[in-house]
Amino acid sequence: MSNLLEVRDLWIGATVFPPGEDPFDIDIVKGVSFDLEKGKVIGLIGESGAGKSTIGLAALAYGRSGVRITGGQALLDGENILELGREGIRNMRGRRVTYVAQSAAAAFNPSHRLGDQVVEAAVRHGIMGRSEAMKRARYLFGVLGLPDPDNFGSRFPHQVSGGQLQRAMTAMALCPKPDLIVFDEPTTALDVTTQLDVLAAIKHAIEETGVGAIYITHDLAVVAQISDDIMVLRYGETVEYGSVQQIIEEPREEYTRALLSIRSDIKPEAKDQDEALLSLENLDAAYGRIPVLFDVSMHVAKGQTLAVVGESGSGKSTTARVITGLLPPTRGRVVFDGEALPPALAQRSKEQLRQIQMIYQMPDTAMNPRQTVEQIIGRPVGFYFGLRGKARRKRVMELLEQIEMGEGFIDRYPAELSGGQKQRVCIARALAAEPRMVICDEPTSALDPLVAEGVLKLLMDLQKDTGVTYVFITHDIATVRAIADSIAVMYQGKVVRFGPKSKVLSPPFDDYTDLLLKSVPEMELGWLERALEERKMVSAGH
Amino acid sequence: MSAFVPVYFVVLAAGTGLAWYWRQQDGFIGLIALILFSAVLALVWGQSSIVGLAIVLAAFAGAAACGYLFRALLVSSLPDNSARFVKTAPLTASFGMLMVLVIGLLAVFAGFVAPYGEREIVGDVWEPTAGAFILGTDNLGRDMLSRLIYGAQTTIAVALAASVLSFAIGMFLSFSAAVIGGWFDQIASRIEDMLLAIPTLIFALVVLAALPQNIYILIAVMAIIDQTRVFRLGRAVAIDIAVQDFVEAARLRGEGWNWIIFREILPNVLTPLIAEFGLRFSFAVLFLSTLSFLGLGIQPPEADWGGMVKDNKDGIIFLVPAALYPGGAIALLAVCVNMIVDWLLRRTASLRGGRGA
Repeated sequence: MSNLLEVRDLWIGATVFPPGEDPFDIDIVKGVSFDLEKGKVIGLIGESGAGKSTIGLAALAYGRSGVRITGGQALLDGENILELGREGIRNMRGRRVTYVAQSAAAAFNPSHRLGDQVVEAAVRHGIMGRSEAMKRARYLFGVLGLPDPDNFGSRFPHQVSGGQLQRAMTAMALCPKPDLIVFDEPTTALDVTTQLDVLAAIKHAIEETGVGAIYITHDLAVVAQISDDIMVLRYGETVEYGSVQQIIEEPREEYTRALLSIRSDIKPEAKDQDEALLSLENLDAAYGRIPVLFDVSMHVAKGQTLAVVGESGSGKSTTARVITGLLPPTRGRVVFDGEALPPALAQRSKEQLRQIQMIYQMPDTAMNPRQTVEQIIGRPVGFYFGLRGKARRKRVMELLEQIEMGEGFIDRYPAELSGGQKQRVCIARALAAEPRMVICDEPTSALDPLVAEGVLKLLMDLQKDTGVTYVFITHDIATVRAIADSIAVMYQGKVVRFGPKSKVLSPPFDDYTDLLLKSVPEMELGWLERALEERKMVSAGH
Repeated sequence: MSAFVPVYFVVLAAGTGLAWYWRQQDGFIGLIALILFSAVLALVWGQSSIVGLAIVLAAFAGAAACGYLFRALLVSSLPDNSARFVKTAPLTASFGMLMVLVIGLLAVFAGFVAPYGEREIVGDVWEPTAGAFILGTDNLGRDMLSRLIYGAQTTIAVALAASVLSFAIGMFLSFSAAVIGGWFDQIASRIEDMLLAIPTLIFALVVLAALPQNIYILIAVMAIIDQTRVFRLGRAVAIDIAVQDFVEAARLRGEGWNWIIFREILPNVLTPLIAEFGLRFSFAVLFLSTLSFLGLGIQPPEADWGGMVKDNKDGIIFLVPAALYPGGAIALLAVCVNMIVDWLLRRTASLRGGRGA
């Protein structure tokens, strides 16, 4: 059988311009080769910076600004697309190869109707007439499971949800009847429950239309559901390349095995959970006049971890804001160590503030880019404990030691740290206050899987050493399983389920928790089909 | 004259060869373009135009050389840290620094440097450049050079004081508005909007006409008018920073307004504010000149550059260049300040310690 796409020894380079130094060239992709048959899907997987998106874009003969393809071939039906001229590339893009971007919300023009944007490429390339293209778009909307496929195209991007927008984008890519689609992390920005729908829709559409696809993601569990072959990439090189079955069931390389075993360590749950360090009692809260929290109650014992789980908009971050005093509740109270905390930040004493610290989701914005690591970590040391000069620096060194970073980092700026290192510095800043409780607001969701694993392990070790209590906000059930003692599941501003981990994660479930748990991709073949099957049975039963 | 043109082209050609030899692509292309341009110029307007072009080029080369030498001098004389900082200055910035320093020194030591007194009538009206009067005399027969030097004193002092004051007021109000928010933001913003709604020049004219003629009042009026722009910019950039997580982290730590404004926000908004300061200073010089030109700025017989343009503008009709000297001085100062600012901008916007990667 002939191959649709053959990538042969692809080299891609870029020039970096570090300030104050001479620019130099780096290689982003180093000699990658793979084949793709018609109607098959290859998954490219790796951490950020592994070069997976760059390879995907090279299949469109495109390089982001500053990036150039320095060697190798990409044969589409035997023709090297890297050597096509301007005209040739224009004919190829949007006609034979199309692209689905990570953020559909940013990829659609907000001032045009979805239908017009979906058919644009097909009409402009003269593949079909407008009415025919519209017909195809309606058919594709149906295939992708969009509501009311006949009228969906007349809506504007802001009138549909993120998951629907991502599916509309897939319809846009499928409309010109391409041979190949490049999916660049199409479900990464979505909630788990939505991700399942989109994933199923994409898989169905690929089967229905027989198009070939390159599927780029960092989530091995997702790619396992949809691909025929998987290529694991790291630092622009192929780590392992094989069929899904082989990669998932018998990985050959150490790195692949590390990716597969993520979050498989599960912390045993603490027995005694009654004596609460922090308890929230019947909290209501509102932004202006819009109520966001309704009767939220939960508690966590000293030295334990409470995981607050839910999708975006479920009120979990708002709960954190109420605990910290940034958003005073309209009803109810926050009790810390047997004492009700003043509702507003300004009324709390320095000592009360010191005891509750916070770690943020985006370490980039959580640190002042104009301060060095010493200033960032040293400020709480000086502010709460009055240490100065040498004593302060010594304490900062100790903290750096605690977060497993050397003293060499002390004079660096945040921009000179990697994502994982940044988050570690944020952890050190929280620890510097010697708090009794730390609120972690999705501290690992912006990090690559292996880096996130390291940060989680660090947090657990610190809990063992210092007995600090965590309130851990996340949407990732696997993380919750690994670290929590007790769990609160939130949905639309309410706590739908709260209790010890073992109880929350075992049946009987309420509807939402059930949906949430079943939507988490598992690292095994055929999970997607089973999950969908179960869902169908549930809805048939209703 | 006849020997000049061949020599000119030979020098350019030699330069081109050297650029080729040293693989200086930009220099090579630039020189080739220059040769072609000169050839066209010589064919269309004759050989004398080449001389003019050569003088302009020589002025640029001289300025670049001055900048280079000045930078070398600074690097060798300053302590290590500052030397490393100065080394990053491009030639434009070092020339700018040199000129600002020269103008500043002239202004400070005007009494010693100026050949004649500020108000002293020493010759005839609009005497040409000759002998004792390097730049000739003005409309009342006072020495142009001396008045330029004394004028630098008043012009720079007033413009600098006004822009520093306007930045002090504008930054304080805008940062407070961004950090405190709520009612304070509303009141401050509405007052600023009100001031912005009145045309600048008319506002200044009315106020200055009503108030006593006094240099401090002049500075205060200029500062109050100018701080509205600083406020708008400062508020926009500070609000952007004030919602970042690290500011929230500081508030959760229990930090006061002072820390948040000066330690968390200010370092992050310095870049646009420095750029704005360069612009505002230049505008202040121009605005002061406008006011003086209209008779409401610095009062005669005290010298200031804008007023001097006004005094001598009628001479232009008689081909007397007296008005061009103060005008050129204003332009030179504005350009030099902005060349320095451009460099500082590139420095502070750099990745190390900069925002994001």
